[in-house]
Amino acid sequence: MAVIDATGRPPAASGAVPRPVRSRDPLDHEVPTGREEAWRFTPLRRLRGLLTGPDADGKVSVTVDAPVGVAVEQLDAGDARIGRVLVPADRVAAFAMARSGGATAVTVPAEASLTEPVTVRLHGEGGVAYGHLIVEVGPFASATVVLDHTGSATYASDVEVHVGHGASLTFVTLQDWDADAVHLGAHAYSVGRDATLRSFTVTLGGELVRLNPTVDYRGPGGDAELNGVFFTDAGQHQEHRLLVTHEPRSCRSRVTYKGALRGQSAHAVWIGDVLIGAEAVDTDTYELNRNLVLTDGARADSVPNLEILTGEVVGAGHASATGRFDDEALFYLQSRGIPPEEARRLVVHGFFAEVIDRIDVPELRERIMTSVSARLGELPA
Amino acid sequence: MTTAVSTLEIRNLHVSVETEEGPRQILRGVDLTVRKGETHAIMGPNGSGKSTLSYSIAGHPKYTVTEGSITLDGEDVLAMSVDARARAGIFLAMQYPVEIPGVSVSNFLRSSATAVRGEAPKLRTWVKEVKAAMAGLEMDPAFAERGVNEGFSGGEKKRHEILQMALLKPKIAVLDETDSGLDVDALRIVSAGIEAVRAQGETGILLITHYTRILRYIKPEFVHVMAGGRIVDEGGPELAAVLEDSGYDRYVKGGAAAAPAEAGAVS
Repeated sequence: MAVIDATGRPPAASGAVPRPVRSRDPLDHEVPTGREEAWRFTPLRRLRGLLTGPDADGKVSVTVDAPVGVAVEQLDAGDARIGRVLVPADRVAAFAMARSGGATAVTVPAEASLTEPVTVRLHGEGGVAYGHLIVEVGPFASATVVLDHTGSATYASDVEVHVGHGASLTFVTLQDWDADAVHLGAHAYSVGRDATLRSFTVTLGGELVRLNPTVDYRGPGGDAELNGVFFTDAGQHQEHRLLVTHEPRSCRSRVTYKGALRGQSAHAVWIGDVLIGAEAVDTDTYELNRNLVLTDGARADSVPNLEILTGEVVGAGHASATGRFDDEALFYLQSRGIPPEEARRLVVHGFFAEVIDRIDVPELRERIMTSVSARLGELPA
Repeated sequence: MTTAVSTLEIRNLHVSVETEEGPRQILRGVDLTVRKGETHAIMGPNGSGKSTLSYSIAGHPKYTVTEGSITLDGEDVLAMSVDARARAGIFLAMQYPVEIPGVSVSNFLRSSATAVRGEAPKLRTWVKEVKAAMAGLEMDPAFAERGVNEGFSGGEKKRHEILQMALLKPKIAVLDETDSGLDVDALRIVSAGIEAVRAQGETGILLITHYTRILRYIKPEFVHVMAGGRIVDEGGPELAAVLEDSGYDRYVKGGAAAAPAEAGAVS
């Protein structure tokens, strides 16, 4: 864990947060070799050619359930609303933008206060597919939006989310793919002045899932919470690369990702980049990643990275820890009559509960915990 | 389902612990019998083996029994897993209860009661039962929604241990330095909680303590002094009074590490 004080100097150990090329043209982005910082943990051979932008020969169907008052539109490829929040930082994101043939836009009008969530169901029907989704929450509105990915696909997707000034958005993206899915996604969030974003990224299924959530602030007083949960099973590669850029003053960010890994060649990658610009005084940021390795053969890479160009911050810190079951905790539970398997399940539930219990969509909470339980049922002693 | 007589018998118990320098012998032949309704105090200086004895009864994997036996109503306790011992009626109130982040006290209590009783307690009566037990220990109902031992004060941890004992109604309860780290008020509340379980007469209590102060609240019928991995002296409550005055010096001649031969010579 590293915490800096307000002496005005960034910590010596602080690395430079990478500044990738940003362009909508796929050809502006080099084809990665696997040695690049952004790609060094990703098994490129398992991306099913998404780096070269293959033609779409499959489909991910999009169904939106939205309360009255929420606008759901299909935008043409040339629509000016595309690319306002996300400028692709790699080839796959650029191909997704170029080949989606437009975007699905969900707009919550200003000052609307939704009592029911908006649910966007993305169901893979096999083959290569591209997708683009735009979510805009108008000023002073409040909403919950859920992205629910299921089925099978080789899928490159862009998601642009804008939270208008004074608005509040809870955003859940659930990757509950079938076991053979490959999903590369760029999730860009922009947080308006005095706006609040509370996001949850839950990755359970898929053979390979690589998500790049990024946060930018459009004014002071923005508050972004990026929560994540992943359960990486044998053979799965799950990668979450986050970048939070503090440029305006007085914004807050909290990153909390928790993962459990189990089985041969389960590989989880968490990268937490936070950049605090020279003008971003009064910033308050903290990022945390905890991984629970349940069996041998699994591997977790966890890299927090903080670059600070002003010393006048409220707080800037990070923590990362990867460990196994706490034997003393298991002994304590067993000494109360609880069988070993149930003791382990309780510990894992507790580990995830800190994040999952805060998702204010009960049926989603239950579905996630049920999925976790099902995997734990097969946990070896 | 309490059998007529519940008896914990410890015979010639030898226990070693794994250390970086290899196994180290801690217990060197402990004999002890605790029956339902009896209260025994085990007292002794630091390093005498008191905590090793309590962990060995509960089955902590760090400790290896190299010789001797532990039985409960004739059943071989050493052959049982940790959770099976608890279900057989053995309870250990830990000296340092561990945190289980994100697992609420209410969920934990219900899981353990379900395991020990063999069926899930009926929700309505269970809620009442927990509330009553918590009230007896002067615990705020909001406590049930906190994570197990998460951010608990020393007093809260020990009250939570005794709460579990009250709900699980063990045949034999081993209380490992339950009095340590408690202020006077907390000691009074915790002692009252132990007394309430004791008064039901269904539980044999093995009270392990370094100090005599808890014995002002809980009067044991039997007092055992442990030193050098053995029980070196035994008596009634009057022995506790002697220890209060003279301490353990006469059991640990020549320093803290009592040689078994010397210690044995005292008894």
